[in-house]
This record gives sequence, structure tokens and C-alpha cells, in this order.
Amino acid sequence: MEILKTYKLYIGGQFPRTESGRSYAVVSPSGQHIANACQGSKKDVRNAVQAARKAQASWAAKSAFNRSQIIYRIAEMLAARRGQFLEELQALGSDLEGATQEVESSIDRCVYYAGWADKFQSLLGSVNPVASSHFNFSVPEAMGVVGVVACQQTALLGFISQVLPVLIGGNTVVVIANQKSPLCAITLAEVLATSDVPGGVVNILTGEVSEMLPTLSAHMDVNALSISPIEAKLQQMAQEEAIDNLKRVRIFAEPLYAESAQGLPYISDFQEIKTTWHPVEQIAGGVGGY
Amino acid sequence: MMSQTNWKLEPSLESAAQIQLQAQYELFIDGKWQKPLSKNYFNSVNPADESHLAKIAWGNAEDVDLAVLAARRAYDTVWSKLSGAERGKYLFRIARLMQEKSKELAILETLDGGKPIRESRDIDIPLACNHFFYYAGWADKLQEAFAGQQVSALGVAGQITPWNFPLLMLAWKVAPALACGNTVVLKPAETTSLTALKFAEICQEAGLPAGVVNIVTGYGDTGAALVAHPDVDKIAFTGSTAVGKQIHKACIGTSKKLTLELGGKSANIILEDAPIDQAVEGVINSIFFNQGHVCCAGSRLFVQESIAERVLEKLKFRLQSIYVGHPLDKNTDIGAINSKKQLETIERYISLGLAEGAEIYQPDCTLPSKGFYCKPTLFTDVAQSARIAQEEVFGPVLTIQTFRTMEEVVQKANNSPYGLAAGVWTDKGARIFGLSQQLKAGVVWANTFNKFDPASPFGGYKESGFGREGGRHGLSAYLKFSN
Repeated sequence: MEILKTYKLYIGGQFPRTESGRSYAVVSPSGQHIANACQGSKKDVRNAVQAARKAQASWAAKSAFNRSQIIYRIAEMLAARRGQFLEELQALGSDLEGATQEVESSIDRCVYYAGWADKFQSLLGSVNPVASSHFNFSVPEAMGVVGVVACQQTALLGFISQVLPVLIGGNTVVVIANQKSPLCAITLAEVLATSDVPGGVVNILTGEVSEMLPTLSAHMDVNALSISPIEAKLQQMAQEEAIDNLKRVRIFAEPLYAESAQGLPYISDFQEIKTTWHPVEQIAGGVGGY
Repeated sequence: MMSQTNWKLEPSLESAAQIQLQAQYELFIDGKWQKPLSKNYFNSVNPADESHLAKIAWGNAEDVDLAVLAARRAYDTVWSKLSGAERGKYLFRIARLMQEKSKELAILETLDGGKPIRESRDIDIPLACNHFFYYAGWADKLQEAFAGQQVSALGVAGQITPWNFPLLMLAWKVAPALACGNTVVLKPAETTSLTALKFAEICQEAGLPAGVVNIVTGYGDTGAALVAHPDVDKIAFTGSTAVGKQIHKACIGTSKKLTLELGGKSANIILEDAPIDQAVEGVINSIFFNQGHVCCAGSRLFVQESIAERVLEKLKFRLQSIYVGHPLDKNTDIGAINSKKQLETIERYISLGLAEGAEIYQPDCTLPSKGFYCKPTLFTDVAQSARIAQEEVFGPVLTIQTFRTMEEVVQKANNSPYGLAAGVWTDKGARIFGLSQQLKAGVVWANTFNKFDPASPFGGYKESGFGREGGRHGLSAYLKFSN
């Protein structure tokens, strides 16, 4: 007798069922029932945002080097669970070659962003030569809580490509997973939970995008959105709702296997630039001797 | 209580005689002065005495269309074909011409907008010139500025500037746009068009190719037409958060790149170890600079409890020697409120503050009988939830609150939908860095306030907008990126 897995949400480091008590059937392209997934609700979105906000300051306060190691740990755990992801991807309709490419690319992308975590600051920041006696410098800083609508075409690589560049910069995320293929996202939650990623840093919801996105895009405690292309009307609605507190909205539409689907711009898209003017004392009579 | 001073200042009025105002100003489109197709004009008023200054063309959607057409043509045929180095030379030339005409520009700015001549002469105009000079040098170094990415111009930039720093905001927008290879249609604020029109003359004198800079004066409807124009690739707006959100909405579903520099309610924090006299002077500058018409004005003062009484006493004393008067008078610290409408807004907020139960303090000073003026105003006993502590007044009105711990003040300072700027006054360098990390604001001034520099990026967090102006970061707003 096979032991079937119950797929749940991932909020605040816990795996709760949706508070709504609903689920929906995940089926393969041939119509075969694979599993039941939680049909997340508006309340689940709010709970996830709350968890993400609670975790944000301490995640951002970790040293960049530490975040780098944690992201690298995700790559390690992902690699260790290769088989499980391959199975899930194949159950959802990928062939072995496609599934392998997606898993390997996902692992590579994790390693890639792990390396960025303590380097982008040097490239995005600057020391600015102002005319007055000030040490003036600009540094990137996390935006805060970022809502992510994950790629609806891929189950794993899209998720990784959108979430990691946001994460390494000190943001926390609430992800609405691929609606039709949410299993990899929840399995990924199990990876995250065992990768030293603190609870609440990544929160994952499954269910209908059209039900959860309005709450996420209108939420006043969400600072930004990363949206993979979805139905045009829904996307426009989200963009309009986001104006209320001026969320920064980015549309992630790059072909996922392209070189251009990863890079510094995806990190800087979710960073604010802060400029500080620090006074410099002028030392009278000081001469630059040598 | 310190004794009150009783100084009388001899008026020292800058002469406006050297300014030859035209009776009527047209639109500047395609390098020429063109009568508006709308056939409409509006009056520009000197807020210092309510006198009429000039009639100004009120562009409509058709006028905007002509301007965009001219900008597109100039982009396609001339500007996009020039090398960065050549573009830079035009910008250097413009910067030099602006410097040569700085006196005239300063007087115009003060006549039109009501700001003290001391400020337009020493701050606005030099900074505007410097901004052009600074970005001129970037024009041929764009690729170096963004290693690993291909950059190119966007095309036609639509720019809408506010009335508080008319020429300076023009410079913040036009200089990087041109340096990055874009052409421009600029809509200045309706109450302050004159320096933008003077700038058009400077472009002519500099030999800037026709259509590279177009200036369409008018009201909000003119700006809306610019935002809605399908052939505009970029919108840059500085102004109120409410209008910024409307513009944002209009840009959704289009390919327009957008940057917004909006309102603020910036916190200015004095810690108990701060050099107090310097801090008090800093508070005066943070809230009364430019009549408080400053998006990043330090309109919320937080003083550590142990020194609150002393700071308040010194502030009140200092307020007695603030000179509110004619903007052209070189003695003037606080000039005229930009418009009747803005004066009414400020007065409404002052009544609201009283109704909310806050304690008001204004110095004894007489305001000029004509024109729009407002006394510098302090509010104490202000609740964190009070509207005067939450909403942008955009006038010389300061709320004062106290705090005990650093944790408390960080929480209070960040408790705002805005996040443009913040000030910190302390003797400890480590504290400056620590607080700067905690404050959710795009600019943090330590032991200073309202400092600007072309090399220093400026722009907000949260509802204060997005994008940066100034420095290398300011280039991003006007470039297209490809990996």
C-alpha cells in the first residue's frame, strides 16, 4: 500500500493546511489524478504576508555572506532531492530529458545567485563626490516584502528564477505557486525548511491565482510584486491595485533557459537605493604629507 | 526665557529692472516659439504682491502632439545619431550659458515662484547649472556606467516638473535625459513657467538642434495629454503623490518607463548628544527652506526627551529672528507662498492642527499686506496619529514630538506612508550609520538637511515614489537595458 503525500501550504516556516479547508485536484495532462493541493484563501495570503513581514528585518540583518551560504545550502538540498523533483515533473507531463534540464538548471541557478548575495552591493552602490564636506554614499537596501506570482508554465525553474534574486537581497517573499502544477513548489518548501532558510522568509501558497492575487496586490504591507505573465486582465488589475501604496511591480517574462533570465538586474529590481550624507570634519592645517 | 531681539532690517531689494519680461509667452516647439493651437493663455502672477507677470500659452493635446512629433523627429534624425561626446558638448555649453545668465535666472525664479532671492541665487540656480555640467560628462560614458549590460536611449521623454524648484527640477530631468540620448517634451508647473521658457532661449543660443528640447506650458490637462501620448517612451514626474498615482495608472499597459518623485513627511531626529545649536539651525533649514515647499522637508521633528525643553526654547527664540518678507529682499528668510491655493491649503492644515488639540507657536512678525505669506509655525503636543503629523502640508509648518529610545524613534519615524528623506543629529558617527540603516528613506542627512548635489542620488521609498535622480543611479531612469 503506497503512502500518499499530503501537500500543504508553507507559511512562517510551518506547513499548515489552508484555513479555508479547501483543496483542489492536481491532474496530469492525460487527466490522471496525481494529488490534492490546498486551495489557498485571502486569509492565507494575509497570514503569509504577516509571516513575511515578521521575518524580514532579521533576514535583511543577516550578513550577506551568511545569506550566500544559506542559498548555497538550498542548491545542496535541491540536488539531494533530484529524484523527487524529476518524478513530480514527469507526473505533470515533462519527459525525462525536459525534467532533467529543468532540475539541473534550477540547481545551477541557485548556485549562481548564492554567489551574488555578497557581491551585488559593491556594484549597485557608490560613493558620490559631493561638493560639501560630506562622505556621501549610496547603498542598495531590501524593499521589504515582495509578492511573487510564479511562472505558470514551469513548475520549478520559474519559481527559482523569480524568488532567488529577490531573496538574496534581504527581501522576504509570498509566492503564489503555479496553479496547475503546484507540487514542485511545495516540495521546494520542504527543501527550504531544511536549508537554514528562517521561517517566514519564503511563504508559498497554492490555489487559484485569480482568488489570491487581488489580496496580495492590494495588501498595504507588501512593497513590491514580481509577476510572471498571467491573463492580461488579471495582470492589469494587479498592477492597478498595486498603485495604492506604490508597490514596485516587475513583470518577469524572460525565456527561462536564456542567459538573460538571470543576472544583476533581477536583483536590483527589488532594491531601493539609500543615500547617506555623513559629515566629514575638516582638520585645520592638515597637510597630506608622505 | 531668552530675551527677544528687536532688530530692524534695512530693506535690500534685488532690482528686477534688468529683467525684460515679455507680455506673452508662446510654446517652444521644434526650436521655435509657436502660438498654441488651443489659442488659450493663462496669467502668471507674482505671489509676492499678486501683480501680473505675463500671459503664458496654455497648450492642449494638439500642442502636445506637435511637440512630441518634433521631439520624435529630432530623436530619429539628429540626436540619436550624435555620439555621446557630441551630446555632452551641448550639455556643457548649456551649463556655461546658464552660469552666465545666473543672475537673470535667479531673479526670474524669485519673481515667478516667491522664493527668497538668497536661495534662488545661492542654491537653485547654481545647482541647476551644476546638474547640466555633471551629466554632460556622463554622455560618453554610459556603457562604462553599467558594466555587463547594453544600454541605449529610450526615445522621447515626457517630463512634468513642480513649482517648488522650477529650474532645478528642470535640470534634474532634462540633463540626464539628454545625456542618455533622449529628446524631451517638458511641461513646467503652471505657476512657474518663466525659467523653463528662459531655458528654451538658452537652448536656442546653445545651438541645440531643433526639437531636442520642447517646452509646452499649461495646467494639469496639458500634463495629462503628455502622459497619454502614445509616442512618448518615458514619463518623469515630480509632484504630489495623488497626481503621481494617477499618472502611474495612465501608464499601466503601455511600454512607457516611469519614474516618480512624490511627496514626503520626512523625520528629523535630534539625539541628546547632538550639537544643539547646530541642530536648531538645521531644523530651521529643514522646514523653512523654500517656505517649506520641499518634498523632502523635515516636517516631523523628533527630539530626545532629555533635551526637548532646551531645543524647543532655542527654536522659539530663533524663530523670532526669521524674516518673512518680500522674496527679492536679500534679508528674506521666508518668502512668499507660491500661490493662493497653496496658502489656503497650509492655513487649512494649521486650523486642523489646532482642532486636533496641538499647541501652536508662531513668532510675532508682520506679514506684507499684499501677496501670499505664512508665518513659520511650530506645533507641539502632537499625537502620532494627528493628520498634521501624517500628511504633507508643503508649507512652513513643523510638528514636534519627543522620544526616549532609539528604537522608539525609528518606529515613529518609519510610521509613515512616505519615505523620501530623514535627518539625524548626533555626535556619534556609529549612530549615524546605525540610524541610517534603520530609517526607511531614500536620503539620510546626518548633521545637515536639505543638501543636494548632482552627484548624489535622490528619490524615495514607499509612497514617495520610485527611481533616483542624480548621480550614476540617475542615469537608469533614461536608459533601456538589455543583458
